[in-house]
Order: sequence, then structure tokens, then C-alpha cells
Amino acid sequence: MSTTAATDCAVSLRAVGKRYANGVVALDRLDLDVRPGEFVSLLGPSGCGKSTALRIIAGLSEPTSGAVVWPRADASRSEREIGFVFQEPTLMPWTTVAGNVRLPLDLQRIEAAAPRVMAALARVGLTDFADVYPRELSGGMKMRVSIARALVTESMLLLMDEPFAALDEITRFKLNDDLLSLWQSLRKTVVFVTHSVFESVYLSSRIVVMTPRPGRVFTELRIDAPYPRDQRFRTSAEYGAFCRQASEALAAAAEAKPAARP
Amino acid sequence: MSEEPIRAQDRAEDVLRLALPIVLLGLGVVAWELVVRLKGIPPYVLPAPSLVFATLVSDWSLLSESLAVTLVTTLEGFVLALIGGVGLALLFNLSRLVEYSLYPYAVVLQVTPVVAIAPLLLIYLPQQAAVLACAWIVAFFPVLANTTLGLNSVDHNLVDLFRLYGASRTQVLWRLKLPSALPYIFGGLKIAGGLSLIGAVVAEIAAGAAGAGSGLAYRISESGYRLNIPRMFAALVLLSVVGILIYFALSLLSHLLLRRWHESAVSREA
Repeated sequence: MSTTAATDCAVSLRAVGKRYANGVVALDRLDLDVRPGEFVSLLGPSGCGKSTALRIIAGLSEPTSGAVVWPRADASRSEREIGFVFQEPTLMPWTTVAGNVRLPLDLQRIEAAAPRVMAALARVGLTDFADVYPRELSGGMKMRVSIARALVTESMLLLMDEPFAALDEITRFKLNDDLLSLWQSLRKTVVFVTHSVFESVYLSSRIVVMTPRPGRVFTELRIDAPYPRDQRFRTSAEYGAFCRQASEALAAAAEAKPAARP
Repeated sequence: MSEEPIRAQDRAEDVLRLALPIVLLGLGVVAWELVVRLKGIPPYVLPAPSLVFATLVSDWSLLSESLAVTLVTTLEGFVLALIGGVGLALLFNLSRLVEYSLYPYAVVLQVTPVVAIAPLLLIYLPQQAAVLACAWIVAFFPVLANTTLGLNSVDHNLVDLFRLYGASRTQVLWRLKLPSALPYIFGGLKIAGGLSLIGAVVAEIAAGAAGAGSGLAYRISESGYRLNIPRMFAALVLLSVVGILIYFALSLLSHLLLRRWHESAVSREA
């Protein structure tokens, strides 16, 4: 890995380490370059620090060593250039769908939010649900609201922390397809954390396989299948081969010895 | 397909919930009346319900005046408890130092019996202020404790989300913490409503013993000295009615504010 920040990156992690107060080392010298417009998945077992890496990129957590480099954005604006989707929908129950989606705009005191809110809702197919309260929605619809909220600021970087892990398979497949078409039409950069081999292969242009704790990059896989991908890709031999490759990489990562520490 | 029967069943249960206590009350009153009449119990020992009601009507001008006094004290104490309880909780939430300094004293106020404090307060404060202070002391703690709990029970992911979008402390407080805490605040207020009445009554009785006052509680102790037991009962009935009304008013307000989103207030068939 190069130690200088590549200027064609959207964001780079440089030898990022994270040690929690209780002594747990979540990340150990993690290097990651996220290139503009790519769909990159962080794939690894539970507890390998992939969510921590995402939180560090978002600025929600400080690395104990190493640095986060934003080659293209000027630093003052960078924190506002991120859309974040949590594993849970994380909606405010006391306000409507529209009220939830407009939150980022309200917090930044942006006027004339209504058209942007409606546009974001239209992108996730929830135009008719603007005035509904979250508790009246299904799990999949709540996640759509959460995605609309991440889209409403029109940030180029979208960070997603196992967003579909709690959904049933049918809903997850549907949201996978919708996410891919959003990604393609909006030309966003997506960093997607998952522990599902199948999901990561289906969605990503690149998969970063991480070792168990402390998390490091074990290897990378390019998924050179053309977009748009659909149900045919999911049943193709090509998809099966990629999945086998990713599974083997994941298994090998689990065997890998943690890097020797001084 | 089973929606209609379920709804009918729900309605039947609602009716029962309302009717059963009323039926029980009616039976109790009838039994009470019968016992008093059949045994010939004198009214200075136990007045019949009919006599209590008659007293309520005949003494209404006196009792209603006292009712107004107690009601005003209770409401003032309640409003002060609301402001003091929520205000202190917000202050504690903003500053740990303030919380560490003041919280022990809030607990001290809570655990010291108000009956014991009331006579002291009556020495140092004008009577009306002392009564009000008692109502406040008993009522503010549940509001403080519940609001504190509510402010600390915010979804951590939502806190992260607010941070991510650069929310200020005030924005986090008004847009996140207070709405999250609302169900808890109402839980505290429901307790405080009843307690502010109790505080007012306790202080009035203490003040009455000192020879002043005109609230309902004062009427009760005065009637006791004069062995006017029917009036004592009539005043007691009024006090209970006030307490019940306060509770229902707060429940209704809480329901109206929370019914769209909080699990405690959402109707099941929705």
C-alpha cells in the first residue's frame, strides 16, 4: 500500500488503528482507498472492526493512530458531505416520514427543504408516505426512509453499516436492486459494510476482505461483472464463482495470523 | 376477516373497564346507606351517603370557596413542579457539575416527609407561600427524576446522526432529547398531579392547626373539631374528585400528544 494519499481518492484511511478504552483493539493499521464513484464493500466476520472503520470515516469516532485523508474535499465541508445509513432505520418516532428525511437540512438550517425532501422520497418510492409516522411502516419501508434521509443532503459519499441485515430475504433483494439503481443514476460513492458474501458480491465493484479482530485488510477482490445487475446475475455461474472466491478469501482471512505487534 | 369481532370485543372491554368500578361504587354506597339505617348509626360517627350528599348541596357555597382555594394552590404547585422539575433536569443534562452539586439536595427534599417540613415553612414563609412550597416540594421530584431518565434514554444512533450533521447542543436538546423524553415527562407529571394535591392538603392542615386557612383540608380538620362529620365527608369527596379529575386531565393530554407515535398511547388496531 502506498503511504501517500492518492489524489484520485474520495477518502483514504492511512494505517488507521483503533484501541478502545477497555483495551480491545478493533483496527490495526488499516489502509483503505475509496475511489470516487465506486461501490466498495467491507466484508468480514462480526467484530472485525468494519463498522468501526465506517464510523471513523464518518468522523463519529477518532482513530487512535493513523489518519483519515480527504484528498478532494476541503476539510471544513467534508463532514457534511456524508450520508450515513445505520443497521437500524434510526428514525425519530415522533415525527413523520417527511420530518425525518428533512432532519439533515433542518440541522444545517437549509431553507426551502420541502422540494428536496419530496425528491429524496420519490427516489426511494415513498412519495405517498410523506405524512405517515414511522411506526406505521414495515421494516423495509423504514430502511427506505433512512436511505432517503442519507440522500437528501446530496452528499457524494454514502456510508452504509449493514443496512439490510435485519430484513427478510425478499425485501433485502428488492432493496439491493433499488440501491444499485440509485447508485448508478446518482453516481455516488458507496462504502458498504456487510458480513454477507452474497450481498457483497451482488452489489460491489470491489470487495475488501478484512481479518478478524484486530481488523486489517486481508485481500481485495474486484467484481468485474457489468452493471446493471439483476436477478439473472444472481443465478449466473459467474456470480457463483465470485461468491466462492469471496468465501475462500473470508475463510483464509479467518486463518490469518494477526500482524505481529511490537 | 376477524377484525370486526375483535373490534367489538375491544369495545366491550372498554365498557367493562368503565362500568365495573362504577357498579362497585354504587353497590358500596347502597351497602353503606343500608348499614347506617338498619343499625341506626348516629351521623357524628358515620353519616349515610345520602346525608353526605345533602351536606354537599347545603354547604356548597362554603365548600366551593374552599375548593377554589385548594384547587388554585394545587395547580400553582403543579405548574411550579413542572417548570422546576423539567428545568432542573435540563440544567443537569447540560452541566454535570450542576447535577453533582444539586442532585443530592433534590433527593433530601424528596425523602424528608413533607408533614415534618410544613410547620417549619409556616414559620418562615407567609401562609400562602408556605402551602405552595409544600405542594411544590412533594410534586417536583417525580418530574425531575423521570425527565432525567428520559433525557438519558435517547437512541445512541440518533445522537450519532445529529453529530454527523453538525447539530448544535441546543438542536440536540430541542429536536432530539426533549421529544424522546416526552413520554417519561408525562409519566412524572401524572404522579406530580396527585402529589401536588397531597402537598397542598398537608400544608393546609398544618396551617389550619396554626389557626388560619380556608382550603378544603382546613374545612376537614375544622369539621373534625366540631364533630360535623357529614361536612368532613363532603369535603373529602370533593378532594377525591379533584384528584381523579387531575389524573384524567393529564392522561388525556398525554394521550393527545403521544397517540401518533408512542407505543404506550397507540391504539392496537391501527
